[in-house]
Amino acid sequence: MTGEQCSLFESGHRACGGCAAALAARTILDAAGRDTIVVSATGCMEVFSTPYPETAWNVPWIHSLFENNSAVASGISAALKKQGRKEKVIAIGGDGASFDIGMLCLSGAFERGHDFVYICYDNEAYMNTGIQRSGATPYDASTTTSPAGKCSTGNPRPKKDLPAILAAHGAPYVATATVAYLPDLKKKIRKALDTEGPCYVQVHAPCCTGWGFESEKTIAIARLAVETGLFVSYEMENGQVTRVKKVVRKPVEEYLKEQRRFRHLFRPQRNDAEIAKIQAIADRNAEKFAIDIVLKK
Amino acid sequence: MALGLGCSSRPGTSRANRTGSWRTFRPVFLHDKCTKCGLCVSVCPEGCVVADSEGIPEPDYDYCKGCGLCAEECPAGAIEMQKEEK
Repeated sequence: MTGEQCSLFESGHRACGGCAAALAARTILDAAGRDTIVVSATGCMEVFSTPYPETAWNVPWIHSLFENNSAVASGISAALKKQGRKEKVIAIGGDGASFDIGMLCLSGAFERGHDFVYICYDNEAYMNTGIQRSGATPYDASTTTSPAGKCSTGNPRPKKDLPAILAAHGAPYVATATVAYLPDLKKKIRKALDTEGPCYVQVHAPCCTGWGFESEKTIAIARLAVETGLFVSYEMENGQVTRVKKVVRKPVEEYLKEQRRFRHLFRPQRNDAEIAKIQAIADRNAEKFAIDIVLKK
Repeated sequence: MALGLGCSSRPGTSRANRTGSWRTFRPVFLHDKCTKCGLCVSVCPEGCVVADSEGIPEPDYDYCKGCGLCAEECPAGAIEMQKEEK
């Protein structure tokens, strides 16, 4: 642990108590340092950090639209290159801005190969507007646009694999990280900033309001996502997976039962068939990334 | 020609908003149990837990929202959440 105080992302922002996105923002700036220009798409982070005329950012920060933060970051990066300047450019968007609305500009910026880092804080739905499902919402999560009920068990589609899509653009560095392991998150941000070309870091950021758990559980829930295999923390360099966080896997229900968005899988009665499908997703992740630690008997 | 578009604000001005008033529970740091590991400093979403020169952490109650993350994550059990008295 470093023990230093973060001063680049200021207190007084309006995030809910226990917000993982706020924690991610200050950890990212801690890693990036003062010579950074941040572009934020519309979303929770933009709204809670910059209620006009105030701002929580102590670095140059610009708000784009929902869809074009990677285009704005491209422009800044090109201008800095022309002027021979060395500042780093970070574009930050939520999963709505990254997976859905900003996909076109994100793909364009990665294809053109601008030198910037795109960070997606992934809270798995549109939290800012009232918990609507996004392309990042996991299978069977109940949101306001995929409500669980008599005819539905929540979101019917699996989570989009955005890291793989961006790796397929030829990105030199793509990583997933989580607020459960902050030193690892910092290391990945640093590595992304030090790598030339378009890099992507996806930060798993549990949302106590949208997912339905107590604010002090944010990090515990993030840790469970990794420990159950539903979120895999890994690094990809030039399209190859080079590092994976290995775990002794727990059953997925330990993660699911802690959250209101999966409550319908346990009440009024346990839905074993659906829990088995989610377990199968975790098993596939485990196989694909070889995350299992085999204990010696 | 300079063209003025959009809004701008001075850096770090959110400090004017004292979010401590949101608190229902108050973290109380028990310094005799503290091992100075610094975890509470790094997990605070507000960035309002600061370690002094000897490494002993103390929260800034002007901004602490009382989320309880520091108390939950403290490996030494050195942070207690107590009901806020106002």
